Amino acid sequence: MSGPNTDYDPVEVTPLKADQVEAMREAALAAIADAADLDALKQVRIDHAGDRSPLALANREIGALPPQARKEAGQRVGQARGAVNQALAARQTVLEAEHEERMLAEETVDVSLPTTRRRRGGRHPLTLQSELIADLFVAMGYEVAEGPVVEAEWLNFDALNLGPDHPARTMQDTFWTEPAEDHVVLRTQTSPVQARTMLTRTPPIYVVCPGRVFRTDEYDATHSPMFHQVEGLVVDEGITMAHLKGTLDHFASQLFGDGITTRFRPSYFPFTEPSAEVDVRCFVCRGVDSASCRTCRGEGWIEWGGCGVVNPRVLVACGVDPEVYSGFAFGMGIDRSFMFRHDLEDLRPLFEGDVRFSSAFGTEI
Amino acid sequence: MKAPLSWILDLVDVPDGTTTEEITDRLTLTGLKLEAIVSPGRDITGPLVIGRVLTKEPEPQKNGKTINWCTVDVGDANGTGEPQGIVCGAHNFEPGDLVVTVLPGGVLPGGFEIGARKTYGHLSAGMICSARELGLGDDHDGIIVLPPDAGEPGQDVRPVLGLDEETIEFEVNPDRAYALSLRGIAREVLVSVEGASGFRDPALRDTPAANDEGHPVVVEDAEGCPVFVARRVDGFDPAAPTPDFMVRRITAAGMRPISLAVDVTNYVMLETGRPIHGYDADKLQGAIVVRRAREREKLTTLDGTARILDPGDLVVTDDSGIIGLGGVMGGETTEISDSTTSILVEAAHWDAVSMFRTGRRHRITSEAGKRNERGVDPTICEAAADRVVELLVEHGGGTAHPGVTVVGSPPEMPVVAVAGDLAARVSGMPITEEQSVECLRAVGCEVTGSGTLSVTPPPWRPDLTDAQDFSEEVVRLVGYDKVPSVLPTPPSGRGLTRPQQLRRWVGRTLAGEGYVEVVSFPFVGEADLDALGLAADDPRRDLLRLSNPLSAEAGFMTSTLLPGLLRAAGKNVGHGTTDVAIFETGTVTLPRHAGPAPILPVDRRPTEAELEALDAALPAQPLHLALVGTGDAVSGGWWGEARPFSWADAVEAVRAVAAALGLEVSASAVELAPWHPGRCAELSVDGEVVGHAGEVHPKVCQAFGLPKRTVAAEVDLDLLIARAVHLRTAPTFSSFPVAKEDVALVVDASVPAADVEAALREGAGELLESIRLFDVYTGDQVGEGKKSLAYALRFRAPDRTLKEGEAAAARDAAVALAAQRTGAVQRA
Ligand SMILES: [Zn+2]
Repeated sequence: MSGPNTDYDPVEVTPLKADQVEAMREAALAAIADAADLDALKQVRIDHAGDRSPLALANREIGALPPQARKEAGQRVGQARGAVNQALAARQTVLEAEHEERMLAEETVDVSLPTTRRRRGGRHPLTLQSELIADLFVAMGYEVAEGPVVEAEWLNFDALNLGPDHPARTMQDTFWTEPAEDHVVLRTQTSPVQARTMLTRTPPIYVVCPGRVFRTDEYDATHSPMFHQVEGLVVDEGITMAHLKGTLDHFASQLFGDGITTRFRPSYFPFTEPSAEVDVRCFVCRGVDSASCRTCRGEGWIEWGGCGVVNPRVLVACGVDPEVYSGFAFGMGIDRSFMFRHDLEDLRPLFEGDVRFSSAFGTEI
Repeated sequence: MKAPLSWILDLVDVPDGTTTEEITDRLTLTGLKLEAIVSPGRDITGPLVIGRVLTKEPEPQKNGKTINWCTVDVGDANGTGEPQGIVCGAHNFEPGDLVVTVLPGGVLPGGFEIGARKTYGHLSAGMICSARELGLGDDHDGIIVLPPDAGEPGQDVRPVLGLDEETIEFEVNPDRAYALSLRGIAREVLVSVEGASGFRDPALRDTPAANDEGHPVVVEDAEGCPVFVARRVDGFDPAAPTPDFMVRRITAAGMRPISLAVDVTNYVMLETGRPIHGYDADKLQGAIVVRRAREREKLTTLDGTARILDPGDLVVTDDSGIIGLGGVMGGETTEISDSTTSILVEAAHWDAVSMFRTGRRHRITSEAGKRNERGVDPTICEAAADRVVELLVEHGGGTAHPGVTVVGSPPEMPVVAVAGDLAARVSGMPITEEQSVECLRAVGCEVTGSGTLSVTPPPWRPDLTDAQDFSEEVVRLVGYDKVPSVLPTPPSGRGLTRPQQLRRWVGRTLAGEGYVEVVSFPFVGEADLDALGLAADDPRRDLLRLSNPLSAEAGFMTSTLLPGLLRAAGKNVGHGTTDVAIFETGTVTLPRHAGPAPILPVDRRPTEAELEALDAALPAQPLHLALVGTGDAVSGGWWGEARPFSWADAVEAVRAVAAALGLEVSASAVELAPWHPGRCAELSVDGEVVGHAGEVHPKVCQAFGLPKRTVAAEVDLDLLIARAVHLRTAPTFSSFPVAKEDVALVVDASVPAADVEAALREGAGELLESIRLFDVYTGDQVGEGKKSLAYALRFRAPDRTLKEGEAAAARDAAVALAAQRTGAVQRA
């Protein structure tokens, strides 16, 4: 049915005959409908709508007709050609869609293949935890203070009311540096940063100081010669223990969950007076049926850190007038907080550098 | 401090029905934190009763041992009333004796379950117990034979042996030395536990007046030894046993019973807090003299250690020389022995600071020293000595010598002015002045005045020196648990500083680049620097030495992060993680040798000059960033081949960090350990060197257990951050068409590509938009010692379309300058 019409003689064509034009149109439409793919349709277009197609030739004959016949013949041929072109376009759209569908189907891949060409990096969980804590306080209006880890003995001890013969100096097993007469130590606490802050700023002071500290503890599951602390210091007019309690309650609920509060127990630190140990409510059992709780070992509370009202002697040594200002300070182990917050029993993976450990925490905790 | 509950309750009454937990909960809240409640019988369950041995038939065994087949009356404890048949291996008892019998169903310490079992041809239904089997000590010589009046067969034996007795272990803060005594703990119970009353102060007793008949004592250093009391007991029986109650209490308190004379001094120390020393009076020669030691004097102390003394040490001497380190440890020559019949009792008050220094100097920790260095009640020396004499006479059969030597007098307690509202101001609680006064009196202070109170602390509280100390006493008795929770209102904060924010970005950038952060200890040894291949004069060998490092191999603070990081990488490889990318940020320590750091006064703010001197004495501690990559940078897989780490990855990681800070890094070749001499880039920003990156020297790789081609970088992050661009200018783009020109230039292999590019840039002029090196070729086509660099150049004008030939002319100018500067020849 399709294919060139080879046996016709244009001279003998009688273009005015309606049935002939109709036949051409029918033949063309049938060929279009039969075209199975875009290549076939291309050929059909040449055969039935090309310059040498029967309808094109018939159109050419119209000019040779008597004028009175031209109008009708013109209409007839024109309509037939219009119908053919329309059918071609429609068929083209259908075949293109089919073609695209087939091509896309052929391009199907196994999306379950692994895609990890490059390993993911990660930040150290203690860095993340330090930043998280810093952010909690920054949100309250605090600033983050910093200081050196190799520190002057005077700032690490004397300025904090730990005189040379203070028994508490033996509580902190200090790394000393040589020569000894240089009076330089590895800071045993981040408190010298507090002293530096008071020495360089004027109240009101609201700062947190996260950082590395050192003690001569043998390295084992629960001790490390280097660990991380965060201390907070507030010096302002009218600061009381109640402000300390409010701040630590807020801190606890931000870090461990809504409704988690703290408990104070009397304690002793040379740089605060009164001093308190801070326990945080166990965030796992919340103090209910604690007996079987692994996190708080049945106590309902977890020892979290130390705090107190800044000793006026420290204020004096750091140039703050204790008659005008009072303050509070607190300190917690970041590593320790991390350990119970993330259920880590042995601290050593924190410092072993095994990528399997850090990468488990990604870039946020 | 471990305190037997019965002993506490000897000294103070609590309301009937008060549980041990109620007592310890209250004490914890007022400052004596409960560590543990223990009792010797806590591991024993089931029937443990008094038994009376009815019969005992020795039966020799084939193995040479003799066992005793016994019948034991255990009353109704076995449910039948019939005698219990028990095989016993011990022999130190006879029919009629009362013994400790555990019946089937009982469990002894160690989970040792008792049943009826066939042994030596008998059905042995239970066991007759030794002290060791009950966990009461090491005595396994025989079974326990109870006194005839211990009780009736079948009775629970626990109360008889004190197995039920609870001992409370407290954590005692260093300022609360008085709580290292039953006297102090009972007083805490009195003020802490609701309804407690009837405190019986063991140091409150009538003592005989001082006279001249006692042992002569001269105190040459009254500041070091303000009070020295000496009493004497004669005719003491050195073989007299220590009474059971005393052994039990001393043991429960964590001390070892030794002999009656020693046990009594320890007992009184535990009871009153006052350390006592006993001398064998017959070994004393002449008067006792207390003074400071002289240079190089020697003493062999009770622990057998020969010590060279310091002029700061307080010593007790007699005509023979030094006989003791006062308040710390006695000497061997006058030690009480098993033949001592005359005892001189010393109860002296020593200067706490001297005690602390001597203890630290000689590395002596003792129960006496622990109390003396924290401060003991100086007013109870006579009472404590009298109590020792009383107990020695009572249990050792001696007589008290009428002589009573008392030298010196207790120092006056200071009167401290305390504002009546201080506790309220400090705590934020509505504590009235009346409440404050009441609390202060409860802890033993004398209080007078109003508005500003005049407070004299009790003699057992040398820790109470400042007004603020008294406020703590008030607040803890009012209750730390009553402190309200109030958030202060800080002024508007400024957030993180720019460097703090940028440091976080550095970490995030590297994590994004696939590196994992690690944290290492900053300790390093010379061997680590040798492993890095550092030259003898490398400045990184100048290290800060620690006086007391944990290990001799890591005795310094490190000057570079690379040893720790390479070690961590090696460990990962050792654990089977062969592809590793890690980084660390941390300070390094670079000595300035500008010490010493002054010890400044604390009664005023230091001057600016003094503070500068402090900082100047410290080493420089710049924040460094280091990274190490080993194995594959890009994994192989279905997508293609793996790509191993190359020197360029290390440089690129630093460039990524710099880009995050808005900085561009330029690299030039340098030779520096620990890098490969031909593959190390010195990295600069605006002409300032900020660090190095490249491939690690193969020898260094080997030293750290890493494969060859491991790469590393270390940069000074402080320098980078200081240069970080704060405000970046918005860029403008040309929307006119781009003209592209490629050139291939042949240069000597030694010419840095960076130089060629710089020349091309400069030569191309303003129309050059970008330049990219897209190929580097070496080989036959360019000849030996040469390399071909292929660049793609893009030209564009900001305001017009380039004219025909304009781009080509700019290209030619670029090539011409490169030729002039670097000898580059354009490839055909
Ligand atoms: Zn819990």
